[in-house]
Amino acid sequence: MNDIKTIKEIENEIVEDFSLFDDWDGKYEYIIDLGKKLHPLDKKYKTAENIVKGCQSTVWLHAEHKGGRIFYYADSDAIIVKGLISMLIKVLSGQPVEDIISADLEFIDKIGMKSHLAQTRANGLLAMVKQMKNYAIAFKAVNQI
Amino acid sequence: MIQSIDDIRADFPILHRKVKGHPLVYLDNAATTQKPKAVIDALTYYYTNTNANVHRGIHSLAEEATADFEATRDTVKEFINSAHREEVIFTRGTTESINLVAYTWGRQNIKEGDEIIISAMEHHSNIVPWQILCEEKNALLKVIPITEHGEIIMEEFDKLFSPKTKLVSVVHVSNAMGTINPVEEIINKSHAVGAKVLIDGAQSSMHLDINVQKLNCDFFACSAHKLFGPTGIGVLYGKKEILESMPPFHGGGEMIKDCTLPKTTYADLPYKFEAGTPNIGDTIAFKAALEYIQSIGKAHIRKHEDELLRYATEKLLQINGLKIIGTARNKISVISFVINGVHPQDVGILLDNKGIAIRTGHHCAQPLMDFYEIPGTMRASFAVYNTIEEIDKLTEGLQKAIKLLL
Repeated sequence: MNDIKTIKEIENEIVEDFSLFDDWDGKYEYIIDLGKKLHPLDKKYKTAENIVKGCQSTVWLHAEHKGGRIFYYADSDAIIVKGLISMLIKVLSGQPVEDIISADLEFIDKIGMKSHLAQTRANGLLAMVKQMKNYAIAFKAVNQI
Repeated sequence: MIQSIDDIRADFPILHRKVKGHPLVYLDNAATTQKPKAVIDALTYYYTNTNANVHRGIHSLAEEATADFEATRDTVKEFINSAHREEVIFTRGTTESINLVAYTWGRQNIKEGDEIIISAMEHHSNIVPWQILCEEKNALLKVIPITEHGEIIMEEFDKLFSPKTKLVSVVHVSNAMGTINPVEEIINKSHAVGAKVLIDGAQSSMHLDINVQKLNCDFFACSAHKLFGPTGIGVLYGKKEILESMPPFHGGGEMIKDCTLPKTTYADLPYKFEAGTPNIGDTIAFKAALEYIQSIGKAHIRKHEDELLRYATEKLLQINGLKIIGTARNKISVISFVINGVHPQDVGILLDNKGIAIRTGHHCAQPLMDFYEIPGTMRASFAVYNTIEEIDKLTEGLQKAIKLLL
């Protein structure tokens, strides 16, 4: 599967994209644009059990397991969160279970978005990252049985 | 002499910092107010010069600390115009004050089948303590409905009374909408059926003149941090004879008269309800906050805030798709709003990026949000140090945010 880039490679590409912006307005504009372009989540996956609840915004996350890799599909009612989700999906979706579990997702810090993972933001993104990893951990556990 | 807005702003050091490269525009005053230098200095002075435990020590520092601590009680007594200084109980804040009443007066007086009335616009801190009490006692919690404008429907309130009504606990001013409730009428009607009344004054105490004797409420709760004072200190006012009849809330030091292993007798008011070493430094600094408010004058504060409210309302309504939640005839300087097709959180993030602080979310009033069938709002709340220019920055920021988001 040489055609699939590694998590680190994709992270580096995102960091490079963001290095083009010299101010925050540009960064947010770009993230909002990513949010608008995120492939819509099929209605059947917008279920109560797929909700990753933040204090202010709601995130729906669905995951599928194929051949040792996990594919993520998600949506949110808030557009900036959706843009951040779009990047997480770009980085993690389709990656091997082990790589997802061990991913440090440093790019979030490098592009200056770490505050969005802080508890104070309470926007569900932190819970979203946890949930993405939990899917990987769960798939791994099921496979080992 | 009325101070100019520049003089007032100069008293608040934090207003001169930058956020994300922009001068801070702080419009989240209903959540907490900023602190004037006098309050910060009072805290520094206490910890630099007089720090000691209160009420017990024989040494000079203890005497000075005790005198300063008790002086705040006198200032609070004047601020709310209570009849006696021992009717002023220091708590951690409005939430603890309400819980104190629920856990002491409530447990003593609410019996199975009794009824407690609150309104549909309460903060969670004036809902949950009563839910806990009602569950424990098998009592009933009734809710006064509100209109689309966010005003209590008094005719519906009348219908909720029964011989079992023991307590009415309502918010003076809504934190989410700014509505000023007709508490005098609520208190009179409740007393007519023999019910006690608690007024949640967390939001009202900064903006309205508080006179607990004239109001004739049985309990009044407020927090220092919404009055330019420190966090972690608040007040429960209660009528003396009611407080005297109530059992203590917490057991420990300070609240006893005599402690032997078979039996403890409790201290007199107010100490019966102030177990343990109190929050001395913040209580002392609270006095400086109240004096600061008095130096400006509530009338001037209200006048300035009303001007800001009028101007902001007019400006915000010019924004396409914007709807104000809470349009009561009688309201203080809080504007909650929603914008078609835009999530409050996105707006909050983009405004923060311009140094503008507003609150987004459900404002700890989820039942109220359910009433309007919205997940939350954006809320701008003004204080005496806010300016017309800041409101222009808000509306400009909102317009830019909407353009980006839609």
